[in-house]
Amino acid sequence: MTNSIGEIANADLILACGTNTMEAHPIIWYKINEALHKGAQLIVVDPRETDMAQLATIHVRLQPGTDIALLNGLMNVIIAEDIYDKKFVKERTLGFEELQQVVAKYTPEYVETITGVPAETIRKVARAYAGAGKSTILYTMGLTQHTIGTDNVLSVANLSMLCGMIGRESTGVNPLRGQNNVQGACDMGALPNVLTAYQNVGVEAVRQKFEPFWNCQISDKPGLAIGEMMTAAGEGRIKGMYIMGENPVLSDPDANHVVHELKHLEFLVVQDIFMTETAQLADVVLPGACFAEKEGTFSSTERRVQRVRKAVEPPGMARPDWEIICGVSTAMGYPMSYASSNEIFDEMRKVTPSYAGISYQRLEKGGLQWPCPNEGHPGTPIMHCNEFVCGIGKFKPAEHVPPDEMPSAEYPLLLDTGRRLYHYHTGTMSRKTMIEDYMSSDTLEINCLDASDLEVCDGDKVRLTSRRGSIEIPVRITETVPKGLVFTSFHFSETPINQLTNPKVDAKSKIPELKVCAVRIEKIA
Amino acid sequence: MALVTVTIDGQTVQAPAGTSVLDAAQSIGIKIPALCYDPDLSAVGACRLCVVEIDGMRNLPTSCVTTCSEGMVVRTNTPAVLEARRTLLELLIANHPLDCMTCEKAGACLLQQYCYEYGVLSSPFKGDQHAYPIDDDNPFYLRDMNKCIVCGRCIRACEEIVGRNVLDFAYRGFNTKVGPFMDTPISESDCVYCGSCIAVCPVGALEEKKMVGVGRTWELEKVRTTCPYCGTGCTFDLNVKNGKVVGVTGTDGDVNGRFLCVKGRFGYEFIHSDDRLKTPLIKKNGEFKEATWTEAFDLIASQFREIKDKHGSDSFGVLSSARCTNEENYLMSKFARAVLGTNNIDHCARL
Repeated sequence: MTNSIGEIANADLILACGTNTMEAHPIIWYKINEALHKGAQLIVVDPRETDMAQLATIHVRLQPGTDIALLNGLMNVIIAEDIYDKKFVKERTLGFEELQQVVAKYTPEYVETITGVPAETIRKVARAYAGAGKSTILYTMGLTQHTIGTDNVLSVANLSMLCGMIGRESTGVNPLRGQNNVQGACDMGALPNVLTAYQNVGVEAVRQKFEPFWNCQISDKPGLAIGEMMTAAGEGRIKGMYIMGENPVLSDPDANHVVHELKHLEFLVVQDIFMTETAQLADVVLPGACFAEKEGTFSSTERRVQRVRKAVEPPGMARPDWEIICGVSTAMGYPMSYASSNEIFDEMRKVTPSYAGISYQRLEKGGLQWPCPNEGHPGTPIMHCNEFVCGIGKFKPAEHVPPDEMPSAEYPLLLDTGRRLYHYHTGTMSRKTMIEDYMSSDTLEINCLDASDLEVCDGDKVRLTSRRGSIEIPVRITETVPKGLVFTSFHFSETPINQLTNPKVDAKSKIPELKVCAVRIEKIA
Repeated sequence: MALVTVTIDGQTVQAPAGTSVLDAAQSIGIKIPALCYDPDLSAVGACRLCVVEIDGMRNLPTSCVTTCSEGMVVRTNTPAVLEARRTLLELLIANHPLDCMTCEKAGACLLQQYCYEYGVLSSPFKGDQHAYPIDDDNPFYLRDMNKCIVCGRCIRACEEIVGRNVLDFAYRGFNTKVGPFMDTPISESDCVYCGSCIAVCPVGALEEKKMVGVGRTWELEKVRTTCPYCGTGCTFDLNVKNGKVVGVTGTDGDVNGRFLCVKGRFGYEFIHSDDRLKTPLIKKNGEFKEATWTEAFDLIASQFREIKDKHGSDSFGVLSSARCTNEENYLMSKFARAVLGTNNIDHCARL
């Protein structure tokens, strides 16, 4: 997030694109709710009429995968009506003319034909966003899990820069990240092309800094992303894998393929707290400690580094994951030995500029938001204040491109996937709690018109099939989804929806198009 | 903002215009009892326990909804004020089960605390007592409306914090009761079980079901940590007794204050699940066999070394974890790069 969660409560307008915040980030929704009580406007961009969409000032119910067209339409209106922030555009950005050219054809009437959103609504939203004192954009996987995910994100960035809605309190472009430490895992360099703090492995100076520090040679060749790794495993290019705390068999697209690929490995090590669907395929399973059994830090979506504290002992012989990594490494002839997680943190921050000023001692007084370059630095709640981190803000306009799969005669419906309030990811944790007593299975949301065509009633089991796989699932008839769209979550191994989803990825981010794929439904007699 | 000067119990204090008398008093360490007042919610002046004397005002105004004005002179502990509060407490306990010996809230109950402070032992007022059935028809929390003091904090939390508006007052007079639409059991309402109502309840009317009977409030060790679910970064206290996590309660998180969602508050039992992995396992002839750490480490090291020698460093793939700590992700990156020699490391950031 460019800004902080607490600031949302003071925004005048919240533009929530592709985020079902009320279910996926309830506490962030509480801030939106606070803003609504203070009179803010909420604009929800979502094909589904979620609970949050029902509470919105305006619900922009676009066709799945048409966000760029919509955003370009908003910018078209804002430029045409001359209500953009000219001072901001002039002083802090580059490429306005190119943006103007690209969005010129996205008139509200043209955009209506792509998105299904009435032209008048597009004008209303554009005026509201540009006209509010403090407009903030929130987004999640509804924007990113598309083959054009990167362009979706660039387009919201374009909109915020055009209106000068960045670098100030309660504005900004704010991705709400879905997992407790997904921000931290990225910050720590658990990515194929960067080391800590996004220092690129392709840059010689970066490697020269880390090589003596780690006493090793670092490859200058960027590695493979998760989906590419799976493909490489299937093709025999990857022989050994070490998977810690991940369950790709349920979480990754085209799951049947993932199982096949992992079975193809010569040697698979899985380290987890439970015998997951992925762990069952392993040659060696290592028992890790869960968050309540170890010391450490997590970094939240607002870049806030916070302490994790040990409350109880791990079960049996289970150990904190860092101790296990040290064990494997030492056995391989590269001794790793740390007395505590604090010692690892202190080593890490020596080579991580944005974390350099953060210490366990400081974290005792509360979380700190990176960048925090030295111990006297208070942390950074708002980024890009006087200038962008990269200097000047470049507009990167994009054209609308339809999703990889569109409805066809054989697969006439679109499938959207996401989360439910009550569960989390593949259910490894949440399904082993009292929450399971409340919700232990999922249904497929289907519009009453489609249900009527298929002659199915609430609770009827159907066979849902895509080009990659097929599952059986009961339907729930609802107006949450429009005609032509069905939805379910990826939490349940009984209805493993990722056997159906499309592994086609965004070329830049390598994020698969989990939000749209073409499916058909057959009634099971 | 303009400051106004008021005198409270002889002490002069400056407060921004619009500050309540109760907040101004608390800012200089003068405690005023209050049951319906909650700093995270709007003030409604319903319980009247926070009454004070203010020069020039008739009767005893409630300090939570009276704003400071220039030159105001306030007294918080005169005989009239103390007598009024004592009477209010006697009225409250006239229809409140005095089962503090077994009540889960004992030790953290505001009604109990104030009765102790004001020496209220029993009530001279005799009348009807409620005999509502306990609503425990859901996995998460129970509602004992016999203990409810009708302060309305839960109603305001559900509206002002959570935005779900599930609760309101039903019925009138003595029969006034907090409930969801049509006064159904909570299980039939739109409740999403975030437990924010429990967090603000000053008495024992709302309790986490699984925390009933596990220990008195003062026996539970509280360990402040960060939630393991979504990326918001909520802070909460793990409540620990005899080496087990027996519950989760809100604290004063940087992001979430005292409030949580259903996963944060009620999603902790996986910690002690019987299904947890407890020993390293090595697969032999398609079946997992328990192993020691040394056996597991040695096997991994020899297999990984063999693969590296035969196929090179880029024949490895490593998946690190968005569920693990920063320290662990840093080490995994170091392991992939320095030990295996590959940049083939990723995690589920994209999913």
